[in-house]
Amino acid sequence: MTAADTPTRNAIEIRNLDFYYGTFKGLKNINLDIAEGKVTAFIGPSGCGKSTLLRTLNRMYSLYPGQRAEGQINLHGQNILDAKQDLNLLRARVGMVFQKPTPFPMSIYDNIAFGVKLYENLSRSEMDERVEWALTKAAIWTEVKDKLGQSGLSLSGGQQQRLCIARTVAVKPSVILLDEPTSALDPISTAKVEELVHELKNDYTVAIVTHNMQQAARVSDYTAYMYLGELIEFGKTDQIFMKPTRQETEDYITGRFG
Amino acid sequence: MEKHISSQFDADLTGVSSRVLELGGLVESQTRHAVYALAQFSADVANQVIETERQVNTMEVEIDAELASIIARRQPTARDLRLLMAISKITGNLERVGDEADRIARMVKQILEQGNPRNLPSTELRVASDLASGLLRKSLDAFARLDVNTALEILKEDDLIDAEFNGFMRKLVTYMMEDPRTISASLDLLFVAKAIERIGDHAKNIAEFVIYVVKGADVRHTALADIESAVK
Repeated sequence: MTAADTPTRNAIEIRNLDFYYGTFKGLKNINLDIAEGKVTAFIGPSGCGKSTLLRTLNRMYSLYPGQRAEGQINLHGQNILDAKQDLNLLRARVGMVFQKPTPFPMSIYDNIAFGVKLYENLSRSEMDERVEWALTKAAIWTEVKDKLGQSGLSLSGGQQQRLCIARTVAVKPSVILLDEPTSALDPISTAKVEELVHELKNDYTVAIVTHNMQQAARVSDYTAYMYLGELIEFGKTDQIFMKPTRQETEDYITGRFG
Repeated sequence: MEKHISSQFDADLTGVSSRVLELGGLVESQTRHAVYALAQFSADVANQVIETERQVNTMEVEIDAELASIIARRQPTARDLRLLMAISKITGNLERVGDEADRIARMVKQILEQGNPRNLPSTELRVASDLASGLLRKSLDAFARLDVNTALEILKEDDLIDAEFNGFMRKLVTYMMEDPRTISASLDLLFVAKAIERIGDHAKNIAEFVIYVVKGADVRHTALADIESAVK
C-alpha cells in the first residue's frame, strides 16, 4: 500500500478550466482534483500548459493584462477565480516557489520575516520562533542558524531555493506550488529539496511542475500528463509510470515522443 | 511500437532482447539433446549437454549485467521497464531450463551405469518431452514477437504436459511392482519425467511475462479464465 492509496479529501477541485493568453487558448477544459496532503506532479513537454495551470492556482497570471481564466478552481470549496477573491490572502494560502531561487536582497532572517509581517503582527520573540520554525521545516536551519544576519544572496543556489521554500512555508499556506524548483540545482541540492517535498506533504498539499520525469516519479503521489493545453491522463504515480492507459502518456514517459 | 528519441536506447533494448533469444536457442538445443540422449541412451550426447551448462550460466550473468547497466543509465518506465523486468525473469527461467536439461543428462548417465536401461519405458517420455521442448520454442517465439495470443496458447497447452507426467508416473509404478529390480532405475526416470514437466512450467512462466510486457497485467498465479479476460 502506497501513500497514494489512502483515502483523501481534495484541497483543490478544478472544473472546466479554460485559460487564455489574449486570444490564444493555453488551457482547454481542465478537470482535475488535487488531493489534500499529497504531492501532485504535472509533467509534459514545453508549452503543454503545466506551468500555466500551476499559475492559475494562485492567480499569479492576474499580474499580466490580457491573461484570463474561465471555469472554476475551488480551494477548499471556495472558487478562487471569483472576482471578489482577495489576491493577497489567496497567495498567503497558496504559496509558490519558482524555478530560479528568488531570495530578497536582505538578510536571511528578513527574507522569512518580510512575508509574515504582511499578514501577521508578531512580537520579536514570536517572530524569532516563526523564522526558526520555517527554516527548520525547509531543512536549512542548521546551515544558516549562525548567520541569520547575512544576505540571503550569500547562500549557494540550493540553499537559496530552500530559503525560498522556508519563506513560502513561513506564512503557513495550505497549498504549496513548486514550479521547476530544482532545475537550476545540482544533484545533491535537488535530493535535499525532494526530501523536503516528502516532509512538506505531512502538513501541506503540494503541486509540482517538473521537466524531470524521474523526479515526478520519485516525489509525487499523483501525476498529471498534459499536452497542448489538455490534460491527457491523470492517475496515481505508480500507475502512470508502470502502466499508463493512454498511448500519448506512454510515448512521452518512455521517450518516444516526437 | 514507435522508436525512442534516443536511438541508442533502442539499440540497447534490441541488443539485450536478442541476447535472451540467443540464450533461449542454446537452452532449447540443450533440451533437445538431453531428450535425444535419453531416447538413445547416449553417454556422449549426455556429456555434451552437461558441457553446455557452463555457457548457459555465463550468458545469464552477462544478460543481468546488461540489464543493470540499462536501468542505471536510462531509468526506463512503463513498457520499457516491464520489458527489462520480464527479460530478467525470462533469463532466470531459461537458466533453470538449462539446469533441468543438465539433470536429465546426468540421470541418463546414471541409468547407463546401472545397466539394463532398455527394460524401462523411457520411450514413453517421448510425447512429454516433445511437448515440453515445443512449448519452450513457442514461448521464445512469443517473446521474440511479443505475441499475446501465442502466449495464451502456451498457458493452455502446459496442462497437456502435466497430464502426460501423471500418466507416466502411473506406468512407472506398474513396472516397479512387476519387477522390483527396476525400482532404482525407475526412480531415476521419474526424476527425468519431473525435469521435463518443469521445462514446460518454465515455458509457461515465459509466456506469462510476454503478457506482462504487452498488457501490463501480472498474470502469474492467475486462473486461465481470468487471464483471458485480463488480456482482452
